[in-house]
Amino acid sequence: MAKHHVTTTINGEPVEFLCSTRQTLLDVLRDELNLTGSKEGCASGDCGACSVMLDGRLVCSCLVLGAEAEGKSVETIEGMAEGDRLHPLQQNFLEDAALQCGICTPGFLVAAKALLERNPDPTETEVRYWLAGNLCRCTGYDKIIRAVMRTAAEVRGEAS
Amino acid sequence: MQSVQFEAPGTVEQAVALLAGATGDARVLAGGTDLLVQLRSHMVDPALVVDIKHIEETRTLVRNADGSYTIGSAVAGAEAHEHDRFAAEWPGVMESWDLIGSTQIQGRASLGGNLCNASPAADSVPAMIAAGMTANIAGPGGRRTVPVEDIPVAPGRTSLANGEFVVSFNLPARPAGGGDAYLRLIPRTEMDIAVVGCGVALVLDAGGIVTSARVSLGAVAPTVLLVEDAARAIVGTRLDDDALAALDAACQAACSPINDKRGTIVYRTQVAGVLARRAARIAAERAGSR
Amino acid sequence: MTGEKTEFKWVGTRAIRPDGHDKVTGRAKFGSDFALPGMLQGRVLRSPHAHARIRSIDTSAAEALPGVKGVITSADFADQPAELAAAGEALVNYRDMVRNVMAREKVLYDGHAVAAVAATSAEIAEAALELISVDYEVLDHVIDVDLAMEPGAPILDEELEPAGMEASGPTNIAKRVDFDLGDVEEGFAKAEVVLERSYTTAAVHQGYIEPHAAVASVSEDGQAQIWCCTQGQFMVRAYTARLCGMETSQIRVTPSEIGGGFGGKTVVYLEPLATALSRKTGRPVKMIMSREEVFRASGPTSAGSMTYRIGATRNGVITAFEGTIRLEAGAFPGSPVQPACMCAVAPYDIKNVRLTGYDVVVNRPKVAAYRAPGAPISAFGAESIIDELAKELGFDPLQLRLKNAAKQGTKAAYGPTFRRIGYEETVEQAIASEHYSAPLGPNQGRGVASGFWFNIGGESAATVNINEDGTAVVVSGNPDIGGSRASLALMAAEELGIDYTKVRPIIGDTSSVGYNFLTGGSRVTFATGLAVVEAARDAVRQMCERAAKIWEVESDGVIWRDGHAVPASSNVGDFEPLSLADIAAQSPKTGGPICGHNAQNVQGAGPGFATHICDVEVDPETGRVTILRYTAVQDVGRAIHPSYVEGQIQGGAVQGIGWALNEEYIYNERGQLENPGFLDYRIPVASDLPMIETVVVEVPNDRHPYGVRGVGEVPIVPPMAAVANAIENATGVRMEHLPMSPPRLLAALDAARLPEAAE
Repeated sequence: MAKHHVTTTINGEPVEFLCSTRQTLLDVLRDELNLTGSKEGCASGDCGACSVMLDGRLVCSCLVLGAEAEGKSVETIEGMAEGDRLHPLQQNFLEDAALQCGICTPGFLVAAKALLERNPDPTETEVRYWLAGNLCRCTGYDKIIRAVMRTAAEVRGEAS
Repeated sequence: MQSVQFEAPGTVEQAVALLAGATGDARVLAGGTDLLVQLRSHMVDPALVVDIKHIEETRTLVRNADGSYTIGSAVAGAEAHEHDRFAAEWPGVMESWDLIGSTQIQGRASLGGNLCNASPAADSVPAMIAAGMTANIAGPGGRRTVPVEDIPVAPGRTSLANGEFVVSFNLPARPAGGGDAYLRLIPRTEMDIAVVGCGVALVLDAGGIVTSARVSLGAVAPTVLLVEDAARAIVGTRLDDDALAALDAACQAACSPINDKRGTIVYRTQVAGVLARRAARIAAERAGSR
Repeated sequence: MTGEKTEFKWVGTRAIRPDGHDKVTGRAKFGSDFALPGMLQGRVLRSPHAHARIRSIDTSAAEALPGVKGVITSADFADQPAELAAAGEALVNYRDMVRNVMAREKVLYDGHAVAAVAATSAEIAEAALELISVDYEVLDHVIDVDLAMEPGAPILDEELEPAGMEASGPTNIAKRVDFDLGDVEEGFAKAEVVLERSYTTAAVHQGYIEPHAAVASVSEDGQAQIWCCTQGQFMVRAYTARLCGMETSQIRVTPSEIGGGFGGKTVVYLEPLATALSRKTGRPVKMIMSREEVFRASGPTSAGSMTYRIGATRNGVITAFEGTIRLEAGAFPGSPVQPACMCAVAPYDIKNVRLTGYDVVVNRPKVAAYRAPGAPISAFGAESIIDELAKELGFDPLQLRLKNAAKQGTKAAYGPTFRRIGYEETVEQAIASEHYSAPLGPNQGRGVASGFWFNIGGESAATVNINEDGTAVVVSGNPDIGGSRASLALMAAEELGIDYTKVRPIIGDTSSVGYNFLTGGSRVTFATGLAVVEAARDAVRQMCERAAKIWEVESDGVIWRDGHAVPASSNVGDFEPLSLADIAAQSPKTGGPICGHNAQNVQGAGPGFATHICDVEVDPETGRVTILRYTAVQDVGRAIHPSYVEGQIQGGAVQGIGWALNEEYIYNERGQLENPGFLDYRIPVASDLPMIETVVVEVPNDRHPYGVRGVGEVPIVPPMAAVANAIENATGVRMEHLPMSPPRLLAALDAARLPEAAE
């Protein structure tokens, strides 16, 4: 059948694309729009590497059909830095060595940003449970959790 | 593998017409957290996917004047969390909904999808059954309302007829002295399918005696169970050790699980009793504290 | 070699990694992020059977599907002789390799590749797979290592001739290895306490988050380019050239950023297939594994089974250790049973040791390296039985380890006599830690365990190019899997005496840097680091010569200090120091470009040791284990970048915790993998864990200029026994099988409770 013509907003820019029903939002981002910062680790919602914001809600883009993006707003890792200024989470991930191989990093950053926007003062346990859907096999999570906690403290204006 | 038609109707009637008129397999898309996995792995090969999220009724969670709730079948857990009273009044239902997958899944997963996927391990279903929820179904023959426990009939199969879908759920007003809880056992702390799940809703009188109860078990039988013997074991008691032991035994007796990659028959049976005891205690604490 | 420098400007700092910004913005290109115009999508048809003979394959219907441009089967690959060939440091059998990438006579595991398709879209390629018809004769299969060794077991390869032993008929045993030190009989005769125990471990996967991916493009003149995620671009080149019948110089392999490997990306799966499909279709071909394919068809590590006997005197001297270790290799020989034997009791000075190992083929995917291959398996048993021995002798488990600790001069059971090592220091630091004496609550327990890994050197080549503006580019050839570019740049900055941010480290493709053995064995910061240090020193020598030329003095009259050429003494003359930038600017007039170079087969890897402490809480009614607290102490030689050293330790420990508690390959009765996904192959998630405390011990490796030892592998060795010992301490129940998942632990707890109930 004919492809769907989808009009949407990605990282603040109006975007149009064509997709088949079977193509997920992740497939569209990566294969049609060349936004390869969102990663496919499982295609089943189990690893979080494809995390994006859909109308302000954290989702796995592998579990959203491309056609569902019609009229919606999508935010990806590519939209996280403002110009040449990294988001504080991005900066602290670098400073705290919160990444090793880096494949899970975009998903963690998108998810952590969503957390801090809702809860500026999360406990360690809250951070760990919020990020439980983002798998990292390299770091043992320690430095990721610390970077998120430190960023939260900084954003709250507390010295870290 | 065929090409798939995709529709996103704005009304219940349009959705029913599409589903009823489909040639070949038609699938309802709510949060998509099961359907997209099945599509990708070729477990399903539908001719039509109907996204019901553009239908207002499926997308709203409202507290009615009498304290009851009407919950759209496609409302996501993260949305329910943002309701000002729901989680406080029905913490067990909310917990069970919360336990369906990660934060990302929470942004999408719905009660309607969790129920109609018809997995015996679905987290929200034991809590819905314990809470006495009913489902409002629309179909070519009009509307009907049935208890949640009547919808799954076998793993992956529901009692919905061709062209029917769940539009919303009714959750009764929390009774005075009422409390509910849901517990599940998973090997990790998150991201697993329940090895056993248990929902308990009960009502205590002023003296702390259980006056009514509903106990439901997941992942211990082909469908989620409403265990009436388990409720009988605690009604009329103060949830003393003997009552909890009787509850444990009734739950174990109701189990007919399988050995699979997630657990053994022995393990599931034993843990069903453990979780029932623990969930009953939590539900009673909640009932008593209000 | 060491001790040249003890004060550092850059080494030991927590600098921001050079590849960091690309990785936090989504800009970094990983395996599946690469695309070429006109590219086809390739997909693999995989066996649904654990063991079957392939009678025939009919691809005609698939080839006829519009959009399908090419189909390949084993017929597209020439057979290879059964011989062990050197490929870098590894010995590989190309007969097995050609059969693993594409099944020939038989399929040997669920997921074994039988055909591949290239089509204009992924959807068409997937549809084409369904049109390929394979006629299988299904055979009996065997998954379990002990069952595979029994007489009458289904035989995978009738022609398999075991090495190191006699076989009376067809067998699944591919090899027997023996290690002997001293006289074990005499050792047991001296012992006052002797324990004998058996242990098993499940097959586990490396679990990297990035699935395998490759793009291959073969042009009409036979020149091929491959872009892929791999731990070794030179390995991909060598194996692909051999399997596709090409010359090495015809293939240029560019490694992408790599999304984890842990040993699992030290072999080829997709690259030869994509190359063959590209050659057949005349188009670039991209192939990506799904997560399911990663689990079903890429290498896990072995499941193991072992029996140990240990003897000691009442005053705590271990007098003898004897063991048999059986590791399954998957479908083709090559389990890590040899290192498993060598590492089992390497932390200890035991005079009498005998270890026998068996390499056994079974109907699972061929194992691939996984972080300290073999050692975590053998150490699980060894560190468990030593814990029991400590209890039996009334010793604190760390004091018993300290009493028997290997040290400088100890002759290891696997051969060498240790130079300066830091094992004792790790035990002492563990004993001294606040963690070790912290109080515990009900249902809680504490366990300790130690671990060893050799670490390796190997072939490395590096170039340090001095740029005309006074910056430098370091070109090396090891995919950076966890921050090695930062370590290499820190060492280069230290040597050159310029700012770390002025050093740009890049990873060359196979045609732009000399041969580098793959990223593995904890070798990159050590061995390639050594090559980088030597290449930087070569550049410094050249810059001193240039300064001598400018000053018109003898070149030995110039030395390098803090990034400047200076006269070696006042006798040479009175010259203003020349900075690296000054010399670089004048290089056209003084002899041309300044390029430091070094290539060598690096020797002198320093053994690594670790001691871990783990606290658990056990739910006695459900068998669930919660990790409450975890401390890892490790001798790292010298931490070049402390954050990434800690990260390696934390990550390794957590992989070990996953191996201990929940990770396992689960098969159904037909030999099909039941849990090929992250839903049911349960790697640890963030909420499962506490912070992982690290104690970094620095006992420098005297054969590296900065004292570096490998770091990445040791930390996965102790955790399984540390967790088991903690569970025993919490419950009194000794778990001898991994994983210690809730159903297994509850069954063990119930079995232990039964006698009490009967009393």
